[in-house]
Order: sequence, then structure tokens, then C-alpha cells
Amino acid sequence: MKIAALFTTIRNLPLSGKIGLAFVVFWLLAAAFGPMLAPHPPGAFVSEEVFADASSRLWLGSDFLGRDVLSRLLMGARFTVGLSAVAVTLAVGIGTGLALTAAVGPHWVDELLSRAMDTLISIPSKIFALVLIAAFGSSELLLIVILAVIYVPGNFRIARSLAVGLARLDYVEVARARGEGRLYIALSEMLPNMIRPLAADIGLRFVFIVLLLSGLSFLGLGLAPPDADLGSLVRENTSGLAEGALAIFVRATAIATLTVSVNLLIDALTQGKVR
Amino acid sequence: MKDTTQHVEVRDLSVTVRREDGTPLRIVEDVSFDIAPRETLALIGESGSGKTTIALALMGYARGSAEITGQIRVGQATLDGAGGNALKAQRGHRISYVAQSAAAAFNPSRRVIDQVIEPALIHGIEPEEAARKRAVSLFRSLALPNPETIGQRYPHELSGGQLQRLMAAMALITQPELVIFDEPTTALDVTTQVEVLQAFRRVVREQGATGVYVSHDLAVVAQMADRVLVLKRGKVREQNAVDVILQSPADDYTRMLMSAAMPVVMAAPVLPDAPVPLLEVEGIHAGYGPIDKEGRPAHPVLSDVGFSIGRGAALGVIGESGSGKSTVARVVAGLLAPARGSVKLDGVPLAPTLSGRSREELRRVQIVFQSADVALNPGRSVGDILGRVLRFYRGTRGEEARRRVAELLDLIKLPASIASRRCDELSGGQKQRVNLARALAAEPDIILCDEVTSALDTVVRGAILDLLAELRRDLGVAYLFISHDIETVKALCDDIVVLYKGTRVESGVRDSYNVPPVHPYTDLLISSVPELRSDWLSDESERAAAPFAHLRERPDLCRFLPRCPVAIAGTCEVSAPPVRQLSSGNAVLCHHTEETLRRTQSEKILG
Repeated sequence: MKIAALFTTIRNLPLSGKIGLAFVVFWLLAAAFGPMLAPHPPGAFVSEEVFADASSRLWLGSDFLGRDVLSRLLMGARFTVGLSAVAVTLAVGIGTGLALTAAVGPHWVDELLSRAMDTLISIPSKIFALVLIAAFGSSELLLIVILAVIYVPGNFRIARSLAVGLARLDYVEVARARGEGRLYIALSEMLPNMIRPLAADIGLRFVFIVLLLSGLSFLGLGLAPPDADLGSLVRENTSGLAEGALAIFVRATAIATLTVSVNLLIDALTQGKVR
Repeated sequence: MKDTTQHVEVRDLSVTVRREDGTPLRIVEDVSFDIAPRETLALIGESGSGKTTIALALMGYARGSAEITGQIRVGQATLDGAGGNALKAQRGHRISYVAQSAAAAFNPSRRVIDQVIEPALIHGIEPEEAARKRAVSLFRSLALPNPETIGQRYPHELSGGQLQRLMAAMALITQPELVIFDEPTTALDVTTQVEVLQAFRRVVREQGATGVYVSHDLAVVAQMADRVLVLKRGKVREQNAVDVILQSPADDYTRMLMSAAMPVVMAAPVLPDAPVPLLEVEGIHAGYGPIDKEGRPAHPVLSDVGFSIGRGAALGVIGESGSGKSTVARVVAGLLAPARGSVKLDGVPLAPTLSGRSREELRRVQIVFQSADVALNPGRSVGDILGRVLRFYRGTRGEEARRRVAELLDLIKLPASIASRRCDELSGGQKQRVNLARALAAEPDIILCDEVTSALDTVVRGAILDLLAELRRDLGVAYLFISHDIETVKALCDDIVVLYKGTRVESGVRDSYNVPPVHPYTDLLISSVPELRSDWLSDESERAAAPFAHLRERPDLCRFLPRCPVAIAGTCEVSAPPVRQLSSGNAVLCHHTEETLRRTQSEKILG
């Protein structure tokens, strides 16, 4: 029954949504199973030639050190998709949770949370990351925490403005007058009506996180080589730009398809054609 | 298309839209009518009758993917349904449109005069200087205050009635041959509505324009139109001269509209005498913002409001927007803590805020809001919404809850199958019923109805009023019924309180409001309700000017002073009015004695 409903939903998606869905599924599969399917170890030097063209042995050619582009791409996809998905979930979960607390709680809670978020948003994200990584040393867990914390305030602001608007609506007033608790009001009356704009925000924040992760990796603050995410794969191969190397083209396309398709899918799902 | 003596000719007009699954749906079917030059035709019907669609088609416009077939001719321009659309070019120039919500039609960041003259400049009719002059003269004809300077203001500085008239000025600036009014007074208070209607009628006559007036209110239409076209579900039910329609309506549906326009007083149940009233409200002062040392809030809304409601009784609270009537309901419900005063239920004082009240106390007082669109959570099903109330107060679940939901839906005369529908799939009338059912689910002693019928058209309003009266008779529930419409309140309530700017200017039993003397403000409210005859508006000669219109309203004097036509010089602007007990039993807040009030009010009726 559930599966049938899922298929109906997919069939009713507009074309852009179907394209988005296809790419999202592709990248999720790549992240999950990619490293198992990779023909070569990602760190191994497998070619004498740098920026080699595609061949039957190296399907997508070699990179600036003669490593297999495909294998490294599959590894990068796992890091990018995995880290970003966990970080965006954390950021939106915490941001929206705090926003609902601010909207239904007493006035001073709202003030306290809002000012705390203003403080956090005023710290430059890269400096913030630099300080934390210098203090604790780079690790995947720390990267997730940093990425999440940096994007909590933005989500908090959007979710709070939505929630404060909803809190003034009559159906929320009726629930209050009935004597409903704050938790019920926040989760059952307000949250379901915030989902669509929040979904759009998730898509946007996912893109930001992918880009910030790439930026951090480029500065040497992200993943330590030979591990790499999609962003650092592009950066490390910039010298191949002039030659039009596959190594750089394929990875840039990967980032583009991943971020664009996530947003295509979310837009299609929230446009009202599909409930 | 031979008869050129008619200004507007419409033949076999149909408008078709596509449903979501692609099948066509005709929302207007084979409508034909003519309008002679300088005449006004009214399109009347409930929501969904296609009246706005027809009005828009006259401008060669169809919403969304709708398709127009048939012939329309306005002056020389035609729309033949075969692609030729000369009407489009006339739009905003020779054909203009006045919409319902003027507040939403103005750009808040530009001065109104620049917006009013815009159509004239866009169509290159006049140079800017001449257009400005014409605008000022239109402002004068529309009886706007300070016609020379009002244009320099921004939309947020003006009232709803003023904006509606400014929008009419915008429509008339190009000297159109055809003006379409689409429910232009529906969102206004009755007292404002009269002024706006008078202004519209005068200015349309002065300009010699042909008019189309769209409305659901037959009494309003009677004042504006020469001919009336009655529509139901996109089909013409009757068309005739306005007097013929009013005196001898031929169609059943027209008769139904007419009876809905005059709500009948419903028989009140016999109430047992109880020593303690169900709800007692005493000396309420309330408002918004921080409260100062003397217990006054920064933005006071209510001052010294009190009343009591017996078990199973209905009390009406009337007043214009800004009178604080909704605040009364919010204070009683505990949504807003009063600065002073008390609310007692069965003689037991209720805590000022929600958190201090027990669940049982909350259950006994339920509130129903005006706009069912925002009062029902759009994402949830009807069954969910009602079921939640049952579970919350009674712990009813499962099969028992489903049975109770079906009972409730039966009570409000909706099919039980509606329980699984989402609220945003219901019609306005259905939503309002579900809104009521949610309150009934708690089995309350009293329901606070905040303008529950105001957003509905006349036929649906009548049905909801009947339902309320029936529920009261069968369940013995009491009402605090808040409305701006004195006719609606009279139809349902035994006692009536009149609020003006947060003060209670009059209170008493229903029948005392039928004959003078009443408070001057009550008199104004009653005389502003349009009557079902075409000469009513001309009788309602220009209102007597208020002698103290130049004074600012002051909290220590009569609040009505700046608008009162019978204010007494040397008394009213000096001291606060006393509460007078009239022989009819009504209490009024006025310096006038019963005798002088009666004299001023009966003179008007005779004269």
C-alpha cells in the first residue's frame, strides 16, 4: 500500500522532479556502494600519465598525480553526500527545534535564543572552523559539528519567522484556548504547516554545506589527503583546467548535478502537485 | 450585433475552465444581457455563481486558463470568442474596475495621488497637471475629506472606506464608459458602506458612465442598480428592473436571496431563572502593551465593559471595526489578561490567563473565530480536528470517538463522510460549520462567536444563523455573539450590548432597539443598514454634520463626540456622559435625556 502510494507520488512528479529524483538516487547509491565498486584503491597511483584521457582501464582517466578519477570520485561522493546530509539534518533539526521553542515559549526565551543566534551568525564561518580545528584537530565528527553549528542560525531565523507567523493564526489561538500544551501546539499545529518552506531551506542549506566543506578542504582544514570530498577533488586538479582534463570536468559536474538535483526534487515535492 | 442603442451586449457567454484532471468545467453558461448607456446592471448571486467571472469577461479577461466563448460588445469593441479580442485594449481606459479589497490594491510605498492618476498617464489621455486637477475634483465628488491634500498621503494613513473611494477615483480618472464594481463595500463597516455607496452613486451619475455592480447583497444592489441579473452556478435565474425584482420576484432563488437578506428573529427558548448568571463580566479594562501604575495598558482597547449572560441565553455585542468587540471575546476566553476587572463563570472567578484555568473551565468556554480559513489547520482532516477535542477533554478514543465525530457532523448537518476530508478542500460555509462543531465537541456551556457569519454570503449566513438558533434550543448552549451587523445580532440574541471604541454605549434587551430612543451611535448603526427598496439611499439624505468633528477623541469624554450629530455644546465637550436608564430598560451612556433623544430620533423618522 505504502509502496503503491510512493509510485503514484513519483509518477505525478513534474519532469524536473523526476530528473532530480533520478540524480539524487544515483548519488545516494554511489555514496552507499561506490567504494565497493571502485576499480582501484582511491589513493593508488595507477597511471604513469597525469590527466590521462578515458581508456578501457581508467574509465574516466587519471588525475594530477596519476590516480584513478572514477575511484576517487566514488570516494569523494561518499564523503560529500554523507557529511553534508548528516550536517544538514543536524542543522535543520536543531534550528527548527529552537525556533519552535522560541515561538511557543515565553517572550524571554525567544529573546535569549534570538540574541544567541545573532551572536553565532556574526562569527565568520571559516574563522570559526579554523579555531575549532586548531584546538581539537580535524576529524569527520568535528567537521559535522562545525558545519551543523554554522548553519543552525540561518535555519533558526527562517523557521522562527514562519513559526511566529503561524502562532498568531486563529487555529493556534483556538488550540491555546483549549488548553493544549506547548509541545502539542509546536509539533502538531505548527510544524506540519512549516514543512514546505523548510524543505526549500533544507535544499539551500545542503548546497551551502557542500560548498563550505569544499572550501575547508581546500584550505587544508577539511578531510586530510588522500581522503577527499568532491570539492577538494576539483581544487586539487585545478592545474588540469587548461588542458580540459576529465578529472576536473567530471567532479565539477558531480557537484552541480548533486546540488541542483536535490533542489529540483525538493521544489517538485513542495509545489503542491504532490501532497 | 445590430442593436447599437445598447452600450453593452452580451450573447451566449460561456466560460470554461479545466479541472485538475483535464476535464472541462463550465463555470458560466449561456449568459446574455444588455446594458443601456448610463444604466447600472447588478450581477447578484452567492459565491461560486460566476458573477466576478462575467464581470472580468467584460474586460476581455479570464483568470488562469479559462476560456471565453460567445459574443461580448462594449461600445465599439468586441470579443467574438474566435480569437478577436478588442476589449483588451479598452481595459483600464474605457473600461475600468473597482475591486473588493482596496487596501490590497494600493502600493503602500507610493503616495495615493500618483497611483490614482497613473491610468491617465499610462494611456496618455491627459498631461500630468490636468490629471492631478481632475483627481482632486473627483476626490471632492467622492466626499473625501481634504480633497486638495489627501492625495499626498500614503495608503496606510487612510481608512478602508477612504481607500475604497480613492480606488473608485483611480477607476474614473480616465473617464471610462463602463465601470465595473466588484463587491466594493463588502469589507466595510455598515456606517462606512453608506457613505461609500452614496459617493459611488453620485460620481457615476456625474460622469455619465455605464455601471456593472457585482454583489451578493441584494439590499446594497437595490441602491446602486437599475437592473438586476440573478445568477446561480453560472446560469441566469432572472433578470429584470430592480423594482420588479424587489416587489415581485419571479424566481424561487431570487425569493430565497431576498429572505436571506432579512434575517428573521428566531424564537428564543424559555430560560429558567437562575440566581447566578452563567457568565458575568465586570468592569473589564484591557488593551495591549505594558501596563502603567494606574493599571492602564499603553494601548487601551476596552474601558469598563461589563455584562452578564444567563444559562442558554444569547448576548450580542455589536460595534464597528476597532470597537474592541473581538477583544471582549479574547478576554473571556483567557487569551488576553485584562488589566482590571473580573470574569466569573457560574459565580466562580476565572483566572485572567489560560495557564491559571483548569481544563474543565476551559472546556466550558469555547471560542469560534470569524475566518474559518485560518481557524482550521489546513493540513488536517475534519475527523482529526474534532477527534482531538474529544480526546483532549474527555479522553474519548477509537470507535467511540468516530461515532461521536459522526454525531457532531450530523448536528451541523454535514455528511459523516466529510470526516476524512482535509479542511482546505471544504467550501466556506462547510468550514464555518466544522469550526462550530469543534467548539460543540467540547460540550461547552457557552460559545464565544467572533464574527462567525461576517465572511459568508447572505444565503450561507442565513443557514448558519438557523443552525446556531437550533443548537441553542436543543443543547441549551449560551452564546456571546459578536458582530458588526445589527440585523444579524437581532435575529439571534436576546440582549444586545453596543460598543464604541471600547466603551459600552448602550445595553438592553433586543426589542428596545426597535423603537427610539436609543443612543445616537446605535441610531447611526441602525439607520446605516441598507433596506430592500431602491429609494432607501436617497432618503438617507446627507448625514447631519457632527458639530465637534474638529475635536480629537478623548478618553475622559464621550468617545462618540467627534462623530455625534446631536452633541450638546457646552456639555458634551466638557464632562463625561452619565449612564442613563431609559424607560425601555436600556442603559445608555449619553448626556441627552430620554426625552431629547426621542425627539431627535423621531423627527428624523417623520421628516
